[in-house]
Amino acid sequence: MNQPAPARRVQLKPPVTNVGVLGWLRSNLFNTWYNSILTVLALALLAWLIPPLVRWAFIDSLWNSTSEACRDIDGACWSVIPNNIKFIFFGFFPQGQEWRPALAMVMLLALVFYSKERSRWKKSLGWVWLASLVIMGILMYGGILGMPVVETSQWSGLPLTMMLSFFGMVAAYPLGVLLALGRRSKMPAIKSLCVVYIEMIRGVPLISLLFMSSIMFPLFLPEGVTIDKVLRAQIAIILFTAAYIAEVVRGGLQAMPRGQYEAADSIGLNYNQTMRLIILPQALKIVIPPTVGILLSAFKDTSLVVIIALYDVLKTTKVALSNPKWTGYSTEAYIFLAVLYFIFCYAMSSYSRRLEKELNTGH
Amino acid sequence: MTQNGRAKSTDPIIQIREMHKWYGDFHVLSNINLEVEKGERIVICGPSGSGKSTLIRCINRLEEHQRGQIIVNGVELTNDIKNIEKVRAEVGMVFQHFNLFPHLTILENLTLGPIWVLKTPKKEAEAIAMKYLEKVHIAEQAKKYPGQLSGGQQQRVAIARSLCMHPEVMLFDEPTSALDPEMIKEVLDVMIDLAEEGMTMLVVTHEMGFAEKVADRVMFMDFGEIVEQNSPGQFFANPQHERTKLFLSQIL
Repeated sequence: MNQPAPARRVQLKPPVTNVGVLGWLRSNLFNTWYNSILTVLALALLAWLIPPLVRWAFIDSLWNSTSEACRDIDGACWSVIPNNIKFIFFGFFPQGQEWRPALAMVMLLALVFYSKERSRWKKSLGWVWLASLVIMGILMYGGILGMPVVETSQWSGLPLTMMLSFFGMVAAYPLGVLLALGRRSKMPAIKSLCVVYIEMIRGVPLISLLFMSSIMFPLFLPEGVTIDKVLRAQIAIILFTAAYIAEVVRGGLQAMPRGQYEAADSIGLNYNQTMRLIILPQALKIVIPPTVGILLSAFKDTSLVVIIALYDVLKTTKVALSNPKWTGYSTEAYIFLAVLYFIFCYAMSSYSRRLEKELNTGH
Repeated sequence: MTQNGRAKSTDPIIQIREMHKWYGDFHVLSNINLEVEKGERIVICGPSGSGKSTLIRCINRLEEHQRGQIIVNGVELTNDIKNIEKVRAEVGMVFQHFNLFPHLTILENLTLGPIWVLKTPKKEAEAIAMKYLEKVHIAEQAKKYPGQLSGGQQQRVAIARSLCMHPEVMLFDEPTSALDPEMIKEVLDVMIDLAEEGMTMLVVTHEMGFAEKVADRVMFMDFGEIVEQNSPGQFFANPQHERTKLFLSQIL
């Protein structure tokens, strides 16, 4: 029962084990002789590493200069980033048109940000999404309103990375759920189809799927039919991620007690209703942590499209660094990229933690 | 596939004829014959593994029988999923472990069936749900989640959830076995109320006090057979079979 303890008994405060900073230090850093040694060693290591790092990154560094100025300093040459930012972000998108992918990205991020509150998940939001996706497509491809056509082969940099990962995740998730349900189906044809699919996809590396999509797949198409290369890579990523999601979701489905199915049956819900209203909401919630793990790897794995000559943000950075003016500053550029990837990944994982907390109903 | 027409009101609401069930090679239920009249209260008892739970789970097809007939309110249970769903909508079931939906509030647990199966409008379904929550003395918990309630409260919610479907028959599968002693009474009281209002009930339980008080008929099962059935007075005072006597001597 949830009633507070009766007031007539005197409630004691829990014991206070440590007070103040010194108490905290003593109980956390110097509570045993070996912990004290470890603390001292760790402090020494930090004292040895941090000052030179700070010196390199902040004190001796240049933030917005020419490459010549960078030759004369010992610190970091962050200037490599502002000087190449246009190419790193937008790659081979035609000069002067960069506002288009920039606007598309801002729209996407704004929508994602707006959609994070579950209270806003309404039908109208779905329509907004649909309309925005069309507008983003128009922005990227052009061809109307005086915007010159930009072929997908010129799409590159951050918009490409974001597109491949966003659609990769959004399409792979429902597909994965369907595959998981299919794998547990009582109908042998559906079940074996799903098992074969999942095991085949999981049995090959993403790189080979990308190769197949870019080199083998076109061989099977009839003469004159071509499917866009970016689209093929996108499909390969979706198919690959879906197989992994399917297995994680299957784990969640197996964790559901039989009583939930029986209770749903006993009030007369049919299969679809049982899955949609009872089983999936609980099973998908259980598997949020591993699902997010897969989505994060999917996001990072989009950088593999470089092997089929698509220029994602990692590749455009490499290209920028191949300019003789900026060779030698790859550390700075890669740190920048790492921060960029980290921001996206951290945002996803902290959102998932928040979602878990919100969906927790105390069972 | 046979489908009998709607039964006349004088027909038994549940008819089970020469029904057998196997789990693999194991013959769990053997030649079960049972007729339940509308409004009848039957308590089924017997040692564990005697097939009593399996029997009532066959009545709403949570378990499949392999031979014989089960007809519930004029609908025969076959592999036809439409018939099964029809029977399930008319037969309420209360489980030993409550089986509430932990991701939904108490109110949502109750309105789910009416809204999705009976197509009741949401407002109306909520009004019905509140009515039954009041009936089981738990209306103030409507906005909470099952995990925040005690076992006894959860079981009362489970009973209310079944009642919201306006069932013709209620099946109880050891409804108090998973409860702490001080919570058993609150659940039994609700069941007694229900019995007094004329609900047709089949109750698998070890609560012999409940059986004596409300049952029209007490059934004893052992090794997958109905060994003996009688009015509670006769059943307890004057058991006919050795196995019944042995069982009663062990539990009373």
